[in-house]
Amino acid sequence: MSALDSLYQQIILEQAKARRGADLPNHQLAGEDLPAGTGQCHQLNPVCGDEITLRVETSGGGADRAVSGIHWAGDGCSISMASASILSELVVGLGAGEVQGMIDNFREVMRSRGKMQADEEILGDAAALSGVSKFPARVKCAMLAWVAAEDALRQTA
Amino acid sequence: MVSTSADHFHDGPLTDVEVRRIRNDFPILDQQVNGNTLVYLDSGATSQKPVSVMEAEQEFYEQRNSAVHRGAHTLAVAATDVFEDARSTVAAFVGAADNELVWTANATAGLNLIAYSFGNASTGDVTPEARQFAVGPGDEVLVTEMEHHANLVPWQELCRRTGATLKFIPIMDDGLLDMEAAAALFTSRTKVFSFTHVSNVTGVINPVVELARMAHDVGALVVLDACQSAPHLGLNVKALDVDFAVFSGHKMLAPTGIGAVYGRAELLDAMPPFLTGGSMITTVTMEHAAYLPSPQRFEAGTQPISQAAAFAAAVNYLSETGMDRIHAWEAALGQRMVAGLEAIPGIRVLGPAAGTARAGLAAFEVDGVHAHDVGQFLDAAGVAVRVGHHCAQPLHRRLGLSASTRASAYLYNTTAEVDAFLAAVAGVRPYFGITGD
Repeated sequence: MSALDSLYQQIILEQAKARRGADLPNHQLAGEDLPAGTGQCHQLNPVCGDEITLRVETSGGGADRAVSGIHWAGDGCSISMASASILSELVVGLGAGEVQGMIDNFREVMRSRGKMQADEEILGDAAALSGVSKFPARVKCAMLAWVAAEDALRQTA
Repeated sequence: MVSTSADHFHDGPLTDVEVRRIRNDFPILDQQVNGNTLVYLDSGATSQKPVSVMEAEQEFYEQRNSAVHRGAHTLAVAATDVFEDARSTVAAFVGAADNELVWTANATAGLNLIAYSFGNASTGDVTPEARQFAVGPGDEVLVTEMEHHANLVPWQELCRRTGATLKFIPIMDDGLLDMEAAAALFTSRTKVFSFTHVSNVTGVINPVVELARMAHDVGALVVLDACQSAPHLGLNVKALDVDFAVFSGHKMLAPTGIGAVYGRAELLDAMPPFLTGGSMITTVTMEHAAYLPSPQRFEAGTQPISQAAAFAAAVNYLSETGMDRIHAWEAALGQRMVAGLEAIPGIRVLGPAAGTARAGLAAFEVDGVHAHDVGQFLDAAGVAVRVGHHCAQPLHRRLGLSASTRASAYLYNTTAEVDAFLAAVAGVRPYFGITGD
């Protein structure tokens, strides 16, 4: 597989089109009056204009809280949109600590310059994004939704 | 005028044979990228450098390196000669006198120098002759909607600090300046008009003489961002009748770290300095300092000396090749790009359609594929282009986009490279599974 094909795997192109979880309504973009257990974060990549506003809803409260919903709105390249879509599918139903561990692992893979193989057991479909790590200029695209999720999740504590 | 056969030979665009010879002077162009021959179409961001430019910098460090305008030793004199000869060469290249050309780090630094100097003239205790640069509440600074951020943000900041109002001339759907709207925007309140000669996104070439006259008619100072024109057109700041102009060396075959501000001599000598310190003063006491005339007045601290030597080598290379012929060649490449792009389904070119004058560049949108993905695909084919907003977010917003892909040519690009670029672009939508027009 060429480096380009490893970057743009079929699952990524499919997820970029599907944009799962991209249902945050316009009136919630400002992130005002967030209900308890909900966090929201806006992230922008000034280099290319990729942009996302991502909301994390949790239930249960405290350290044992679980992610009950992800909703986002954004615009950007296929890598950033696919990454947000995959993230939305992956983390709903998981505990906050588990999600944070997944984010940490994803970040480590992305920063490895292609040296670290993604573990599908941990990252599920996000493992398909591991080809991005060979393209340093694109790592930020893949990380955008995950950085937003991390910040939003922190707000729910 | 009688034209000899030799003159005739040097008319018109470069030929493919000449461009192939020029390419031998740019060793970086001869390389493989991702298994393909490099096609470098990102000269609008930064140009490649000919051997003569690199040699000029090396020769300076091997033979003459020393501080300039200080020290009595032989090397100091030799370095000062190189530095000031370079100033004469670059000044002459744009039609300026030696004392009208100030070295800066780049065009961004040049625009900030002008805006901050105007700001310094606007606040506190200034000399009577500096008051002509002052702006304040009720005054207006005018720019255009097609500006690079470097010719927008410094003016936003000047207005914020002084209470002046920033206004802009809008563009039309084809990227051209709305001259009807412009006519109404020049008023007695307009104190500064700063605008780009050539848009770095649409390739539009603005009517500088006409715009400068409109500004001067209302008594405004005229600042020209010549960053995208000085490398590509024969520029004469006197013929264009602008008060200030800025450009960057690295976009015109010179190294990074050096650019220049042109200013009319009587303006530069009246303008308060921006950066202050060593090398720009006459007498300094513990309470007060008096300043040298231009250009030293604006050159505090150690200057980019080797870069100046190399900048002179760069403009010599351009002059020997012939700016009119370079411009004609690039214009033909630009038209070839636009005509070719317009023929590919799902491609929308920003700016004027094929057949209308533009610089040798084309920015475009690929329906259904984000610019970042377009650039990645082209890179895999060895084609280097710029993706993103190209530091012109307001322009992109006006055209309904957040990002685009831009190919920009220079004197070393061939028609075969433009064709290779077009063939690669034609493959983008099929690769990403986008169909239809």
